[in-house]
Amino acid sequence: MSHYLVRRTAILLGSLFLAAVALFALLRLLPGDPANALLPVGATPDQIDAARRELGTDASLPSQFLSWLAGIARLDLGKSLISTLPVGPEITARLPVTVPLTLTAFVLAVLVAVPVGVLAAARADRWYGPVINAVAQLGIAVPAFWLGLLLIAGFALNLHVLPAGGFPPDGWADPGLALQSLILPCLTVALVMAASMIRYVRAATLDVLGADYLRTARALGAGAREAMWRHGLRNAAVPVIAVLAMELATTFLGAVVVESVFALPGLGSLLVRGISQHDYPVIQGVMLVSTATVLVVGFLGDVAQRLVDPRLRLRSAS
Amino acid sequence: MSRRRSVHLAIGLALVGLVVGAVLMSYLWLPFAPDDTSGGRLTAPGGDHLLGTDKLGRDLFTQLLIGGRIALGTALGAVAVGGVLGVGAGLLAGFATRWRDDVAAVTLDILIAFPTLLLAMLIVAGAGASLGTAILAIGLAMAAIVARLTRVLVKQVLTRDYITAARIAGISWPRIVLGHVLPNIGPVVLVNLALQAGLAVLAEASLSYLGLGTPPPNASWGRMLFEAQATVLTAPVAALAPGLALVVLVVGVNLSADGLRDLTDPTRRRSR
Repeated sequence: MSHYLVRRTAILLGSLFLAAVALFALLRLLPGDPANALLPVGATPDQIDAARRELGTDASLPSQFLSWLAGIARLDLGKSLISTLPVGPEITARLPVTVPLTLTAFVLAVLVAVPVGVLAAARADRWYGPVINAVAQLGIAVPAFWLGLLLIAGFALNLHVLPAGGFPPDGWADPGLALQSLILPCLTVALVMAASMIRYVRAATLDVLGADYLRTARALGAGAREAMWRHGLRNAAVPVIAVLAMELATTFLGAVVVESVFALPGLGSLLVRGISQHDYPVIQGVMLVSTATVLVVGFLGDVAQRLVDPRLRLRSAS
Repeated sequence: MSRRRSVHLAIGLALVGLVVGAVLMSYLWLPFAPDDTSGGRLTAPGGDHLLGTDKLGRDLFTQLLIGGRIALGTALGAVAVGGVLGVGAGLLAGFATRWRDDVAAVTLDILIAFPTLLLAMLIVAGAGASLGTAILAIGLAMAAIVARLTRVLVKQVLTRDYITAARIAGISWPRIVLGHVLPNIGPVVLVNLALQAGLAVLAEASLSYLGLGTPPPNASWGRMLFEAQATVLTAPVAALAPGLALVVLVVGVNLSADGLRDLTDPTRRRSR
């Protein structure tokens, strides 16, 4: 286990470092001077120099990179080129939208996908087994933003039961209003995520159903239900846990896109605005936070999988 | 059970064939010129305009066909980039030994940890939004996944007796790769590439919806959906047709990939 932890931690740190390098390099080395964002049309060379000094892009690339790393270490992500506000607080201000959206959608998707996926595998011979498969197959092909658009048309514009988008300007001051504006986005992300999770859960359950130990448990007198509960589900949980971590990361990314559909002031809309305005510090900051979240969640999922499965633990010890 | 699976393949190929057929037809004949705005804004379906017109007065069916070109182009382009780079890197990594093997494994693990959509957004942020940038970005992200799969498969094949036999017979490594390694890993890699093609189509649509993919006036399905969002009640067809087209293509690609996997992998054919 310790060997595995060391290796996995090295991969995590390596990818975090690589993310920082990639974020720095791609935005610095590609054509286009970030200073242009600060300058009026037809700026004089003096103005250009001043803008570069202000951004720090007049220094050499290695020293720019070091100061970018040092800034990350101090949790200082620089200032927006457009609003001149610090990027760090701007990101934290948007977490109360993105974090509840991601977590609620994820929990909802898991609550739907696990029972439905097990059912689809255990009752593959009944009529609803194939139906569940067909619906899940359809679900993974539906783009989240389109589903969101359809839900808006149905529930907000036609039935007028929920807001079509936006978020209360004073945030969670009125929890009822805030919740209302998150219902449709949550539903959108959760449905799309549930579709792909159902397929994983079903595959894992099918593998377990064909396993020798389940037959042995049945031969020793356990009922189908008892064998499934005591032996089946625990084994099926192992691959599902690792997938769930990946899916949590994907849910987060889904939320990033769906926020734009519902005009929610979250991380995703901040990123999209940053990209369209060429606001490099904002892009870097949001990308860094997003990538780091995805990487850390993946790390935790892999480690949790090792902890749950004694076979993997033993294999890595040898 | 295998009969039902070949039904999947048939349905999948039929759906993909529908889209490919429509796109091929679009090169020979389009109902209207793409920039023809003579139809009037947001006319209802029927008459000259099969699906009505968009808010600029362009024929929606024409736009849909052109969006199909972009979707298929993305799928093929991203698979070409991801397949060539991925299989190439995976082959090299598969032949690596000792510390080089560790470095290759860890590097691929790091690359694969980057989510496709974020990587694509980053590249678009630097290089500017265009279809080529989107295809390249999606293809690069795909390459890491394909490379990791190829590396594992190559390692498995290299332990087989027929490789040892070929070495003893004095056959050179390049000929072993062409004659034994690639044919043996080919089916699994192809099935994976097919699944990735579906994901690539969805990724391009998401980028275009966010305004980070194909720029106007080109009609990507994702972009069409973005433009239709504001008028979803007055012109519902404009908001439905591109989404349905996306679902048809992606379901078709996924079903074909599933069917192909069951055809090429006898162990799965029996158990499912």
